[in-house]
Formats: sequence, structure tokens, C-alpha cells
Amino acid sequence: MSSDERPLADVPPSMWFALAIGLAVQMAWRGASPPVAPEAQDLPSPPNVSSLKLAALGEPEALARLNMLYLQAYDYSGTNSIPYARLDYARLVAWLDAILGLDPRSEYPLFAAARVYAENPDPARTRVALEFVYRQFFADPDRRWSSLAHAALIAKHRLKDLVLARRYAAAIDRYTRSPDVPLWARQMEVFILEDMNELEAARILLGGMLASGTIKDPAEAQFLARRLKELEERSGRR
Amino acid sequence: MSTAILARLALLEARRSGLVWVAAAAMLIAIALGAFLAQVAITESRLLQAAVVASLLRLSAVFLIASQVIASVRREIDDRRLELALALPLPRSTQYLGRLAGFALCGIVLAGFFALPLLAWASPATVAAWALSLALELVLVSAAALFFAMSLASPVSALFACAGLYLLGRAMTAMQAIAGGPLADGSLVHRLARQAIDALALLLPALDRVTRTEWLLYGMPDLRTYTSALGALCIYAALLAVAGVFDFQRRAS
Repeated sequence: MSSDERPLADVPPSMWFALAIGLAVQMAWRGASPPVAPEAQDLPSPPNVSSLKLAALGEPEALARLNMLYLQAYDYSGTNSIPYARLDYARLVAWLDAILGLDPRSEYPLFAAARVYAENPDPARTRVALEFVYRQFFADPDRRWSSLAHAALIAKHRLKDLVLARRYAAAIDRYTRSPDVPLWARQMEVFILEDMNELEAARILLGGMLASGTIKDPAEAQFLARRLKELEERSGRR
Repeated sequence: MSTAILARLALLEARRSGLVWVAAAAMLIAIALGAFLAQVAITESRLLQAAVVASLLRLSAVFLIASQVIASVRREIDDRRLELALALPLPRSTQYLGRLAGFALCGIVLAGFFALPLLAWASPATVAAWALSLALELVLVSAAALFFAMSLASPVSALFACAGLYLLGRAMTAMQAIAGGPLADGSLVHRLARQAIDALALLLPALDRVTRTEWLLYGMPDLRTYTSALGALCIYAALLAVAGVFDFQRRAS
């Protein structure tokens, strides 16, 4: 307390009371109106990449990742029992495109498309997400192959579309050049053709990625382990 | 010697005005926000944390230095201490540059402090390069804030001018890209607007090329790109210092 301030005891009791009431009313008001989860139909069209770059003020990498978190929040919670079931996938893909344009080296948009948005019970939506991964793969095959590898599994086991799965697997084999891409990924077409169930294939894919050091991020490893467990539980119920 | 005394006074004032505590609070908030957002991420959580913390710290450092310089100069003017200083047998350039040296030193210390948490996500060499870039950026911001605080009558206009210069400096490349994009029409008005933007860019520092978060995430650029970006910062900071001394010479005592 500085010398030009009076002690707290000099404040009249009515002011203490008014302050306490004000604080209580504020907290009650805020408590009575919990935050509303954004719904699918609220997802607006994305701004174009140039506008996003302007808004990034020279920090496109940070803005790209914050945009991914923003996008993730749509149609995931609230009253929706099936996540992303009502989301407009054309708009969603446009968002993912814009975010990838903002930071082309980020793997987040493709990871989310292959691992989150493609795992939708609606086959039409799944195909939109998978095609996005396939289309974007060609821009940087050596960095983006892992998302396409998962897309191939989704195409085979969820969509039961062997032709599509082979197309994805063949693209990995044909277009990846880096020695960092493991051999099993290049030979994916073989185990797409093999008669194995989804759980076995997912185990091989995840085990291979862990062994080759492709997964470095702790959140990603946790997310994938959780997905594998869900798959095991689903397979156990069948 | 007089320059060193004036610089020391500026540093002392920064310490007494509680800048250290505000900087510590900004750092804690940035780290906490980064950690919170990383919890929500399903991949690239470490990259996300590094990107958010680095960009927030950079913005906080710039805002803190600019407001510290402007508040300090305005206090000096309002208390009539500047009038007293001008009556001293000291060259005006020494007085101006002494203050600038103090504020610049303050920015350099702040850059070093704000770089420390980034060691959790990036290599020491990359963080050191990022910190050097931030230090020079803060020297430039100190020079701009001192110039505007001395030449404009109100602290609000000084802060506004400083923020305008900084934000334009960071957005100008994107604005030029938009103006020259393939979808832009070729009308006379558009061509004139494009030329005006290009001309304005010549007068602004290229702040979008320095202290880049991508260095922390994906590695450093080649040495030539890095040194050329930092060289541009030094040139602009020197220009602002010269402009400030020029304006200070004209000031009535």
C-alpha cells in the first residue's frame, strides 16, 4: 500500500456490500448461461488463403494450428450423439484446404481428415475426407504418406472399396522418394490385398509407425492408442 | 559517459515501474495458454504449443516495450524533467541516443527472458537465433516508440502510430501478394492502388521476415536469408534513430 492510499478499513461497509453483491450477481449470471457448443450448421465458409495470411501477421504456423482447434470444435459436442454427422463436408474440406495453404508443412489438417473426419458413419462424407487426403498427398508425398496409408485402410475396411484402397496404396508406392518412408508403407498394396481384418491391419500400421519413429508427438500417440483401443472393443463386441 | 548514464536511468525506470513483473505475468499466461491448447490438440501438440507461446511472447514483448517507452517519455515531459535535461550542457543527440540505448537494452534483456521457455520445444541454437532476431526487433520498436512519443503530443496517438507502423510492417508482404494476385483486375484504379502499396512497403520495415515461428518449428533458414532479414532491421532502427535525433534538435527547450 502506498502512502497516498487510505487503509481498507476506511472503506464504508455499504461499499463492501455493494462490491460483494456485484461480484455474486456477475458470477450467478455467467454460471446460468454456460457456453454453447458450436453446431454443424454454424460452420461458416473459410476465408481465402490470402486473407488468412494477412490476418496471421507473419505467424501463419500459429494461426494454422489455432484454426485447426477452432474447426475441431464444430459439431463435436452438445446434443450431437454422432460426432461430425451433420457437418457440411464440402465446407469442412475448404477449411482444411485453406489451413494447409497457410502452413503447407503442417500435418494436422491431413491427420484430422484421415483419422477424425473420415471415420464418419456416412460413406459419402468419408469419401469426401479421403479424397481430400489423396488430392493433397501429391503436393508433398514424402511428408504426407502416413495419412494416405490410413486412408487406404479406411477405404478397404469401412467403405469396402478395394479399388479405392489400392489406388491410395499404389500412390504411396509410386510417389514417395524419401528414405524416411518405411518399406512396409511402400508395400502397402500387398497387405491391402491380404485377407486380414481391420484390427490386424490397424495394429500393423500403428506398430510400424511407432517402430519407424514416425509418431513423435505425445498427443498423437495417445490419440492413436485410444483409437486402437476403441477398435479392439468394437471388434470384441462383434 | 553521459549516454551510459542516460541509458542506465532508462533501465532503472523500467525496473521501478514493474516491467519485470508484467513480463513474468505475460510469460506465465503464454505458457499456460499454450499448455491448455496443446491438451485439445490431437496431433502436433508440441508444435502447437511452441507456435502459440512464441507468437504470444513476441507480441507481448513488442507491446510491453512500446508502452514502456511511451509512458516513460510522457512522464518525463509532463513532469518537466525533459525541459531541465535540455538546459544541461549536453548535446541533444547524446541525450536522445542515451535514452534510446537504455530502452534498446531493456528490449534486449526482455528478448533473452522471453526466449527461455522456448528451449522446451526447440534446440538451443534455434532459440538463440530467434532471440537475437526478437532483440533487434525490440530495438526497432523502442526507436519507433521513442520517435513517436517525442514528436506526437498525446500518448494515445504515439501508441496508435507505433502499433500502426508495426502491424503494417508485419502485414505488408501479404497485402502486396493480395494486390498482385492472379485474380486481381487490371483496371487503372487497381494498378494505382497496387503501386501505392508497393511504395508504402518501401517505407516500412519487413517485420514479417524476422523472429519467425517457423524457425522454431521447422528449422532455421539459410544464413544469407537470416542475416539479410536482421540487417534490414538494423537499417530501419538506425533510420528511426536519425529521424528522432533530427526531430529532437528542432524541439524548443
